[in-house]
Amino acid sequence: MSPDTTLTLTARSIRLSRRNGEALLTALILPVLLMLLFVHFFGGAINTGTDYVTYVTPGVLVLCAGFGAASTATTVSEDMKSGLIDRFRSLDIGPTPILTGHVAASVLRNTLSTALVLTLAVAIGFRPSPTPLGVLAATALLLAYLLALSWLSAAVGLLTRTPEAAGGYAFFISFLPYPSSAFVPTRTMPSWLHPFADHQPVTPLIESLRALLLGQDAGTAPWVALAWCAGILAVAAGAAGALFRWRTG
Amino acid sequence: MPANEATAPVSSGAPAPATGAAPTPAIEATGLTKSHGTQHVLKGVDLTVPDGSVFALLGPNGAGKTTAVRVLATLTAPDAGTARVAGHDLRTARSEVRAAISLTGQFAALDERQTGAENLRMMARLGGLRRPAARRRADGLLDQFGLSDAANRLVATYSGGMRRRLDLAAGLVGSPSLLFLDEPTTGLDPRSRRTLWDAVRALSATGTTILLTTQYLEEADQLADRIAVLDSGRVIAEGTPAALKSRVADHRLDLTLATPAAYAALAPRAVHHSPETLTLGLPTDGTAPHIRALLDTLDPTRTTVTSFTVHTATLDDVFLALTSASPVPEPTHVP
Repeated sequence: MSPDTTLTLTARSIRLSRRNGEALLTALILPVLLMLLFVHFFGGAINTGTDYVTYVTPGVLVLCAGFGAASTATTVSEDMKSGLIDRFRSLDIGPTPILTGHVAASVLRNTLSTALVLTLAVAIGFRPSPTPLGVLAATALLLAYLLALSWLSAAVGLLTRTPEAAGGYAFFISFLPYPSSAFVPTRTMPSWLHPFADHQPVTPLIESLRALLLGQDAGTAPWVALAWCAGILAVAAGAAGALFRWRTG
Repeated sequence: MPANEATAPVSSGAPAPATGAAPTPAIEATGLTKSHGTQHVLKGVDLTVPDGSVFALLGPNGAGKTTAVRVLATLTAPDAGTARVAGHDLRTARSEVRAAISLTGQFAALDERQTGAENLRMMARLGGLRRPAARRRADGLLDQFGLSDAANRLVATYSGGMRRRLDLAAGLVGSPSLLFLDEPTTGLDPRSRRTLWDAVRALSATGTTILLTTQYLEEADQLADRIAVLDSGRVIAEGTPAALKSRVADHRLDLTLATPAAYAALAPRAVHHSPETLTLGLPTDGTAPHIRALLDTLDPTRTTVTSFTVHTATLDDVFLALTSASPVPEPTHVP
């Protein structure tokens, strides 16, 4: 498959996201609202031992990245319903460039909204003090998470028959940060939840981001987070390819 | 397959002469079958579409037209049967087939949130053209389909007719030698339909082979060199429009009779019966002399026929004529 095909389809997906006014507005407003909600409404009641904005910013970053990536499920599902996929197939274009286009647009969209969240966090009192290497590592981890979740959402979009259902299922994916250390320390959760909360993919990611952004030692957490992302990515991309062939077979 | 009980040799003429200068047909399909679960959509379809012709696959909803097109366009694999499309085997040379064909489906394959020009440039780029060439190709097609003025408007703002034309243009970006059009005018108003017909004729004039599906006899008649009638997954008739229509008569004369007795008297001669309204339909060529003569013959006293209408034969009439081996049962009631 020529790189030209993938580029053309990526440009298409970006153009379509840019012109989907409502979705774009949600993608930008939701993170802002969530940030303000956690810091100003819940923050006063939660004691994490630091300024809550400092504690929660990595969590909101990950939560918003998840929400944004989940929208890939809807865009993929809409595409599968249109006649366009048949036309692409009759041009001998396989699933990889089509889905890569969706995922690339999702990663770009959410990189922008993540940057917005970070800017807002700084505006309301978040004071990161990362090392230059920490910035790189945090960025790379967030991108890896976006990539993995976008592919997972693409697979969900192929599995479901309607865009509405796709959006619904994908919503669950974006729920993962809640039972993690994103918003409250896991030790405050009921004990039966500890094994899950401590070992689910989002917790090491959040711990890494927190440590990296505040210039602390992150230990092995970044590697664990990266391994999770790589695993999800591999499974989701494989599943998406198979599901595409199943849907169009 | 039923056993070949009658073993007499098939006597339909001399064996086909060795392939001399005859060009390869654009489509040669034998025994195509396709089932979706327990539903047998295609039950052994044979088709030969001559190169450079316009071929219509005529049939009602659910006859298997779309499935037949999807199979021939490599989008769905047949369960059984073989086909050569554009000179390549459907199963073993899928990429070669795809390089030669294009499919414009029932539902516009366009991005609503891209402009007409963006849609076409995208298809041209995906077809392998470089950016400047893609731009030229898109501009040329927009011009050819009368869409230049709307080139930079989002497709979401297009009318139904404009969408179909853009969709057709998008299918032509790669200059296919064989074009599949699945119900190209369904849902269009009469004027948009004519515009699309003109576009199809213009394409055919350039030598492109076109296989189109339609539920309208009139459309097949207007556009096609040959028609195959598809019913419940089988081709039940195939030939030129003139030959097919001669089997069903062009027109139908509908007579409303004055009394049930008059209805009963004329019913045996009719091809269409509607006892509730005392209306009978009879085949006619639609000319004034023929209709006048018919009326005189059927109603010499000029008292039994109260009114009449003349219709062009509909697909229903074709189907009734082609599918009903036994004649339409006579109405038995009449008090």
